[in-house]
Amino acid sequence: MGPLMSSFRQLLRNTPEGLYCPPGDFYVDPVRPVDRAVITHGHSDHARGGHGSVLATPETLAIMAARYGQDFAGATEAAPYGKAIARGGVNVTMVPAGHVLGSAQAVLRWKDITIVVSGDYKRRRDPTCPLFEPVPCHVFVSEATFGLPVFRFPDAADEVAKLLKSVALFPERTHLVGAYALGKAQRIICLLRDAGYDKTLYMHGALASMNALYEQHGVALGPTAPATDAARNALPGEIVIAPPSAIADKWARRFADPIPAFASGWMTVRARARQRHVELPLVISDHADWDELTETITELKPEELWITHGSEDALLRWSELNGITAHALEIIGYEDEDE
Amino acid sequence: MKAFARLLDQLAFTPSRNAKLTLLRDYLGHAPDPERGWALASLTGALTFDAAKPAFIRKAAEARLDPLLFSLSYDFVGDLAETVALVWPARPGANREPELPEVVDALRTASRREVPQLLERWLDALDSNGRWALLKLLTGGLRVGVSARLAKQALAQMGDVPVADIEEVWHAQTPPYGDLFAWLEKRSARPGSDAPARFRPVMLAQAIDEATDFVRYAAADYAAEWKWDGIRVQAANEQGQRRLYSRTGEDIAAAFPDVLEALEFEGVIDGELLIFNDGHAAPFGDLQQRLNRKGADAKLMAKFPAGIRAYDLLMDGEEDLRALPFAQRRQRLEVFIARLTSSRIDLSPLQPFTSWEELARLRADPPEGDPRIAEGLMLKRWDSLYEAGRPKGPWFKWKRDPHLVDAVLMYAQRGHGKRSGFYSDYTFGVWREDANGDRSLTPVGKAYFGFTDEELKRLDKFVRDNTVDRFGPVRSVRADKDFGLVLEIAFEGLQRSSRHKSGVAMRFPRVHRIRWDKPAREADELPSLEKLLD
Repeated sequence: MGPLMSSFRQLLRNTPEGLYCPPGDFYVDPVRPVDRAVITHGHSDHARGGHGSVLATPETLAIMAARYGQDFAGATEAAPYGKAIARGGVNVTMVPAGHVLGSAQAVLRWKDITIVVSGDYKRRRDPTCPLFEPVPCHVFVSEATFGLPVFRFPDAADEVAKLLKSVALFPERTHLVGAYALGKAQRIICLLRDAGYDKTLYMHGALASMNALYEQHGVALGPTAPATDAARNALPGEIVIAPPSAIADKWARRFADPIPAFASGWMTVRARARQRHVELPLVISDHADWDELTETITELKPEELWITHGSEDALLRWSELNGITAHALEIIGYEDEDE
Repeated sequence: MKAFARLLDQLAFTPSRNAKLTLLRDYLGHAPDPERGWALASLTGALTFDAAKPAFIRKAAEARLDPLLFSLSYDFVGDLAETVALVWPARPGANREPELPEVVDALRTASRREVPQLLERWLDALDSNGRWALLKLLTGGLRVGVSARLAKQALAQMGDVPVADIEEVWHAQTPPYGDLFAWLEKRSARPGSDAPARFRPVMLAQAIDEATDFVRYAAADYAAEWKWDGIRVQAANEQGQRRLYSRTGEDIAAAFPDVLEALEFEGVIDGELLIFNDGHAAPFGDLQQRLNRKGADAKLMAKFPAGIRAYDLLMDGEEDLRALPFAQRRQRLEVFIARLTSSRIDLSPLQPFTSWEELARLRADPPEGDPRIAEGLMLKRWDSLYEAGRPKGPWFKWKRDPHLVDAVLMYAQRGHGKRSGFYSDYTFGVWREDANGDRSLTPVGKAYFGFTDEELKRLDKFVRDNTVDRFGPVRSVRADKDFGLVLEIAFEGLQRSSRHKSGVAMRFPRVHRIRWDKPAREADELPSLEKLLD
């Protein structure tokens, strides 16, 4: 590794706890409790409870409080998008990542070095959160959850149209859509509303608190009702949204001959859908697909690309072919929620 | 192509028969002619292409994408057509998306040399779902769980007519089935329903439920005959037209010119296609040498002479016997067969019996001769009319119990399709003693199913935890006298095979039980297996 690599490492390095910034003495998305943490977004593999202090966007702090209780950290500091905050000699700025409500890239500036820890991100329009903003940087720290050329996600609106077509074709059955409780569920609801679906949408109990939080933050979800007090063979012709684990569970048996659907980037691959007994796969992801990953790297042209987690082999190979220096950090502990 | 691709995609994910019917009905009701006709033909297997070999498709993809990236992708997806469909780089605005009839027309007229160019152009113009459907079509493997029977059912529902009405005219129709759709949409009369030598929808048997059916039904009401281990055929010769149909109405005459030549009669018989050796039925493995071929040469026909063992008569000359009870049809059949001179057509004899108990003994210990290699017994009510489909009560099949053997898991390979990512293909072996008295395992077969999803997860974990070696996609699993996993394997028959190291090959092996409890050293030995040779 050259001298540049080592100077970048003075600003940010990989440790068993996660990415650590020595001059600022804080961790970004640590996988274990630490004294000082900067959190990119509220998914549980990135935002864990029990840190001494947490710096995050106000929305992410609200999500963590809703999930872990008000005392989820010793102290908190809200960092609205775009506001530079000093930590030691390091300037930390949270910039929209387009992943879920409150999701941010942590931009670290120190001396003349800029490192962007992008957390999880996507480049597509999402009615529930602001669009990803590219920030020029020396090191871009990227996820690679869908870092294989097989992952090229279709337009989410087309996938929702598929769902609505199926609802029309099977009016006697309940459509049960598996979606992560934080982010995906609310995005699906908004996409359905955008498609003109204004009927009541039925919710698994596990979604109630996040839905309420999104609405408090100005994301309108339209009429919803709990699905859980339904009688046997209930809700024919309706759409029920539930965490992915619930759609193949005993919980699902109460509905009228339910059609299990699942909104996830993994649904790109047919075998993945079949393994989960999904009958209506909806390829809708809050992560960057292969084209978004490679186009983002091409756009930013960082001196180094660091890959946190996912399918790093293919992205490393792509970087090699495109003359980009890339390293896999092999951070253990980041995975999709609910996978 | 979009609507067709979408249909295939949904059918592939839909396990329920009724939901499949809804999807088919919706598609056939909305898609235009001739697209829906070609779609129907490809779903029912009436239209197949082998225009592109997997190796060619892979090469085309690797010309567009770095081979290492391709291979990482293929490893993850586990299906070649799907991988190529997903990784093919988009060329927006390259071409107009081809419609299904265009693709079919082009493939039917294109020379071998032109196909690659066509394929690349189409792949450029389609989205990933369209590419997947196209590649499945080109490689002749749609595999979306639609049988010809199901497709006909959808047509019947679409036109609100009995499915038997469709089956009767089906054979005389050719893709893209314009006349058929016109009839179903009440725009014209039923097409060609009286064509000579047309396919008559077949009557099928229910599996007997030993616990309830023997109490419910009286032995005296039924005739019994052996269930021959060949394939069900309908042989017709009417007004000079000869046909040999499979039970789904597929014309298989091209592979059996010897049988076709023997149809020296006027009428339609229902029977079992078998290989005959001096009037005796040969095991199914011999028949397999003749199946799924486009033709047969003299040498093959001499080695494996085919014939029909008749068990029903549907047409006697111009007389339709289907509305007569079985007892009368049987008498007519015996007379009909006795008149024939060819040794290629014989009569399936009735097995006399007086009680279910007696029949059970016969089934467990069949008499000398052909019954020894029968698959079990058929029971037919003496008063049963010949009804299309699988009515409950008139006909039963009572299969022989499968053979069971305790074998040891030796190798495992990852599955494809639904099981990609799981080690789900298992090679198993039994003990063999060499000249020095040392015992070692010798592989005797491979099984891919018979276990639940839960068991698959446990088996997969066992393979991963006990891998001792890897050869490409195959893992060698620890299996010795002190350690190993015993699988109880069920199979239908055993034949000599020079292609297998152990010298035997199983028919239809599947995992019957997983013996987590049984020590590997107590699994079966090769000599005890060899006693079961057909």
